[in-house]
Amino acid sequence: MRYTKALAVSTMLLLCPALIFAGTVSGKVTFTGTPLKSKVIDMSKEPNCAKAYPTPPVTESVVAGAGNTLENVVVYISAGAPDEKSAPTQAVTFEQKNCRYTPHVLAMQVNQELKVVNSDQTSHNIHPLAKTNREWNKSQPPGTPPLSEKFDKEEFIPVKCNVHPWMRGYFAVLKTSHYAITSDGGKFSLPNLPPGKYTITAWHEDFGTTTADVTITGGETKNVDFTLKAKAY
Amino acid sequence: MLSLVCVLPALAQETHVGNLTGHAAAGKKFYQRFCIGCHGQFGDGNGENAPWIDPKPRDFTAATFKCRSTPTGTLPTDQDLYNSVARGFTNSNMPHWDALTKQTRIDLVAYIKTFSSRWTTDKAGDILKIPAEPPVTIQSIAHGSELFQKLECWKCHGQQGRGDGPSASTLTDSKDNPIRPYNFAAGTDDSRFKCGAENQDIYRIFMTGVDGTPMPAFADVIQPNDAWDLVHFLRTFQVNRKGKENDVLRAAGGKIPKAETKDAPAPPAAAPEAKAPGAGR
Repeated sequence: MRYTKALAVSTMLLLCPALIFAGTVSGKVTFTGTPLKSKVIDMSKEPNCAKAYPTPPVTESVVAGAGNTLENVVVYISAGAPDEKSAPTQAVTFEQKNCRYTPHVLAMQVNQELKVVNSDQTSHNIHPLAKTNREWNKSQPPGTPPLSEKFDKEEFIPVKCNVHPWMRGYFAVLKTSHYAITSDGGKFSLPNLPPGKYTITAWHEDFGTTTADVTITGGETKNVDFTLKAKAY
Repeated sequence: MLSLVCVLPALAQETHVGNLTGHAAAGKKFYQRFCIGCHGQFGDGNGENAPWIDPKPRDFTAATFKCRSTPTGTLPTDQDLYNSVARGFTNSNMPHWDALTKQTRIDLVAYIKTFSSRWTTDKAGDILKIPAEPPVTIQSIAHGSELFQKLECWKCHGQQGRGDGPSASTLTDSKDNPIRPYNFAAGTDDSRFKCGAENQDIYRIFMTGVDGTPMPAFADVIQPNDAWDLVHFLRTFQVNRKGKENDVLRAAGGKIPKAETKDAPAPPAAAPEAKAPGAGR
């Protein structure tokens, strides 16, 4: 315990110039307008998955909370921070479970390892519809080991399983390590920002993007809220 | 025939390593004569005929190609593209272009490659190695049948390979156009698959996948020998085709036996699942 603490303190000291004056941007994402209602998913063609849901699940393209707060929004530094020179060694995991993607939106850095896991008793195919990166499409029957992939360019990539047309998720491949995905209450936080001027972008799969500029001068926390406009149908 | 086989790689090589720009310029003239009507001036598949064509003409700006000897997500080889031009695409409006000289077809391939910058940044993938085909036996057909169930090919292609599986009606290609799974049973003797007529072409199609469509690659999940078994089984879907697979099946009484436990994946618990799709054959 003591050792861990000592390690933590020495690490802090090493990173001192960056961390002590590092700021945080936090806030929440909301939307205006009326989004299309989520659709109920009919999984009856895949009984193995259907039985996992006491009530039929709904689509996740718009996951909203009280006060029009919005989940699954990728909030990231789009300008002002240097591009990361190397990807983190830790892989991110995209799981296919009960014929849904977990998480629905998965963010990763350029060239970071992506593991795709099939936890179901059915075959899935993983089909990222990339445009800037290479589009590929691989089958993953039950019981096969995780796929290991990476993307070498920045892009928001829709992912689908052609066998189960209701399965749709997103890969957010980013050049920065400063990103967050809004969860419950539409909240996000981007910590450890060195002083500087930044452009922050909020991206949502249906409602598009919006940006805000923010200046961090030291160890402060700035509040930045984003408002997206519900797509009109 | 032998000389043809020898000459092709040499010519393709010329396109690949030679002065690409020079050949592309030659190909451009032929493209504007023969290809532009469907594939369009910009190679994006929006030629003036495109609205009336289904499946849609290939968009060369995406550099995504169906028939490849290379892994999913990688560029095809020059030879792959050359083969596609020469062979055409069955069930589509793309005819075979064997009326054009080999040099012209290769020039066309060089020109097609100018529509996407990927050809300057990426290399073609590694060519899939296909081991020699083992003999067709009723055991290999039976094991192929088991794989067809296990890998759930029937979800799209249907239990009789007629392209009428439960997911078939929902399929779309990467441009959101509806697309049908291949109907194995429709053809006769001369029927062929999108990417060739030989057994090794079938092998290659499911191992490398058909990029831009719902058909995924199975190279990571099917062992080479298992893949040949699957090929032998798929041939039996072509009920009107004369071939060794149907001969072997007929000799065995026209019935595919339950596979011997080659890789023994069938514990008793899995029995109900195995029964439902295989029954009635």
